[in-house]
Parts: sequence; C-alpha cells; structure tokens
Amino acid sequence: MAQFKTLTFGLMLLGCSALALAEEGNSRLKLNPKMTQECSACHIAYRPNFLPTSSWKQVMGALDKHFGTDASLPAADHKEVTDWIVAHSQEIGTPPPDNRITRSFWFTRKHGTNHIKADVWSRDSVKSPANCQACHVNAAQGDFNEHNIRIPR
Amino acid sequence: MFSTFRLSHLLACLALAAPLMASANPILDGYKAETKGTFSAAAGEKIYHTVGPKQLACASCHTDSPKNVGKHAKTNKTIDPMAPSVNAKRFTDAANVEKWFKRNCNDALGRACTTQEKGDFMTYVLSVK
Repeated sequence: MAQFKTLTFGLMLLGCSALALAEEGNSRLKLNPKMTQECSACHIAYRPNFLPTSSWKQVMGALDKHFGTDASLPAADHKEVTDWIVAHSQEIGTPPPDNRITRSFWFTRKHGTNHIKADVWSRDSVKSPANCQACHVNAAQGDFNEHNIRIPR
Repeated sequence: MFSTFRLSHLLACLALAAPLMASANPILDGYKAETKGTFSAAAGEKIYHTVGPKQLACASCHTDSPKNVGKHAKTNKTIDPMAPSVNAKRFTDAANVEKWFKRNCNDALGRACTTQEKGDFMTYVLSVK
C-alpha cells in the first residue's frame, strides 16, 4: 500500500511537471499573425491552451455573437484563424461554462480571493477578468509568469 | 490666342480640383456611386450619437468626438482615433471599413446599416477636423 502511495505520488509529480512543461512550451509558441491582429482589435489574443479545442470551435463558430458583441470576420480570415487555433490547441480538461476562459477550473483556482481581493476586478484600471494585461503586464507576449504581475490601483 | 486661353482655363480648373481630389475618399465615393444620392454630415453625427437597444452608441467607445482616443466599453482596450484628420490610417481599407460597419452597426444600432447611413457616417467623421 505504501509502495502504491509512493508510486501514485510520483506519477502525480510527473504529471505536474509534464503539464508545466506543456504550459512553458505554449507560452513560447508564436501566435498566427492574423489571429493576433484580429483578436487584439478588442482584447489580447488569448493563448490556444486557454481553452480546449471543442470550446475554441464553438467560440469561432459564433463570432457574430461573441460574448455580447458582433466580432464576425470575413470568410478567409475566419478560416485561417480557426484552422490555426484548432491545430494548436488540445482537448484537455472540461470545456468551461459558456466557453469562458475566466470560468475554467485553473483560472478560478489561480484567481480566487486567497490570491486577489474581490475589489480588484471592479477597478477602472482592470474592469474585467478578461483584461489579462491589466495585471500580467506582458500577457500579450504570452508571459503569465507570476513574477511579472503588477496589480494596478 | 484662343488655345492659350483654353490652356490657362484648364490649369485653373486643375488647381481648383486638385485639393478636392486629394480630400475625396474612394470608399465614400463607392457608397455614393451605390446610392446615387448625397450624404449629410449632420445625419452622420446623429447616427454617431444614437443609443441603440444595447444601450450602446458609437460614442460609448469612440467618445464624444471621433478625434479622441477611445476605450472599448467592455474590455478597456484603447481605441485609436477614428477621424482621418488625426489618424491617417482610417478609411483607407474598404474591407476593414465594411468589417467594422457590420460589427458595430449590429452592436450599436442592433441592425445592419444602410449604404446611405454608412455614407452619412463617413461624411461626418471625415468632416471632423
């Protein structure tokens, strides 16, 4: 039994480091320029690993009703961005409610009240949990390292 | 004598027309060709400030004047000024103009804009110096 526990623990560690490696690799992934250009017209281009592929497909399939906004793209651009994000994301984890990155398990765990005071979200300088770069100053470059967080007043 | 007069006349016409040609916008010309009518800056200004069913107007993000730097009502993202008098990149790419008319007419007015409205709107924004 003890051996089994050690083995389980070891496997968990391995799993964590593999996930960490996968995350690390993804932050260095250079985004498709069309995707960067189009997404960042309104918000930073979120990283492909922020949602499972099935969620991305749903998001890209309903751009005319994109969280309350019409974000539709011309057909050729739509295909280029969709194909790229489908190819560069993975079907990992449960699709979050409404396909919202900010309702993903990992997001809520990392941004709970034990990390961030509730009033931070409503500050004019932050306004929305979708506004990554308000605190993750290099978010647009894919850098979400916790040493590069500056929570604005 | 007659031909000299004609030449000077032509030159005068060109001198008068050149600044007009420089200020004309090919995208606006396209809309004009479609409607075969005239556009009004006053009507465009009215559209700019019209609050639609989502309680949004153009001015909600682009501020009271298209000359100003705007801010996305939801995401806080900075929006470059829309008036070509302060941002020369605006109204230069027809596909981009159409893309944003489609999106923003839906968001601000809850429907598509007519060619007449697009022409009025552009005429207003182009007139803001």
